[in-house]
Amino acid sequence: MTAKTQSTPQAASTDRIEKRVELRAPRARVWRAIADASQFAAWFNVKLDGAFAEGATTRGQITSKGYEHLKIEMQVQRIEPERYFAYRWHPYPIDPNVDYSAEPTTLVEFTLEETAGGAGTALTIVESGFDRIPLARRAEAYRMNDGGWSGQIKNLERYVA
Amino acid sequence: MSRSRPHPLIPSPAGRGGTAPKERDAVPVFAALSDATRLRLLRRLSTEGPLSITRLSHGTGVTRQAITRHLYALGSAGLVRHRKQGREQIWDLDAKRLEIARRYLDHVAVQWDAAAERLKAFVETQEETAEP
Repeated sequence: MTAKTQSTPQAASTDRIEKRVELRAPRARVWRAIADASQFAAWFNVKLDGAFAEGATTRGQITSKGYEHLKIEMQVQRIEPERYFAYRWHPYPIDPNVDYSAEPTTLVEFTLEETAGGAGTALTIVESGFDRIPLARRAEAYRMNDGGWSGQIKNLERYVA
Repeated sequence: MSRSRPHPLIPSPAGRGGTAPKERDAVPVFAALSDATRLRLLRRLSTEGPLSITRLSHGTGVTRQAITRHLYALGSAGLVRHRKQGREQIWDLDAKRLEIARRYLDHVAVQWDAAAERLKAFVETQEETAEP
């Protein structure tokens, strides 16, 4: 089963990515999977310390094997029930010894729309603000993973096959 | 959801091999970009096209000498190149190397693809267990 995500062409942009995926589930169901922290945690593979609330920060610990030492902080920006959920975070908190708190964050936005007929949900995920992330940090993501990206892509290919 | 799968936003450990894009190629590129002045220079070259050092330093409050140094730093990472035109050096983007920088974002996009796959599986195939 393939999600059929689409990338919007952003030929000259290094600032944002956009994904659109159609889900065969009602909008209320998709909304809970995203905005209910316990459900978000289940598919995102993270353990979260509390519910999402506008203006609040929810902290979490990655639960994927081998990455349990990594922490994330989701600063929830806006919650518009069944329509829009946005948070800020530090992308790629790769190195647990680095304090990323002074660096700019990226904005992650989930936007939900009913598909024609109303049975399914069109979800758009946008992460933006990469141009403000120090490029040295982005380079570090390469250095610290050293070939790891290709392994990840292979894992993904196996997963969706 | 206790099965061990790669985290959508965290790359796998190193050493899995495979036909990797050459991550190391990107390191000098990003290092060269980790400076506000150099980023501004790149942005101008990408929006205004080839420019002379005179034009690039005009109104920036940065000396020609400093601008020249920054341009050479970008040049040694393969991001820009220059040619002589009369007495002026004209600087232009080397678009091929900028693609390496963009590839970083492609990787981010792949991670979000994986996350979207998991979400899809979660809402389409699983019983809801955490009803509020």
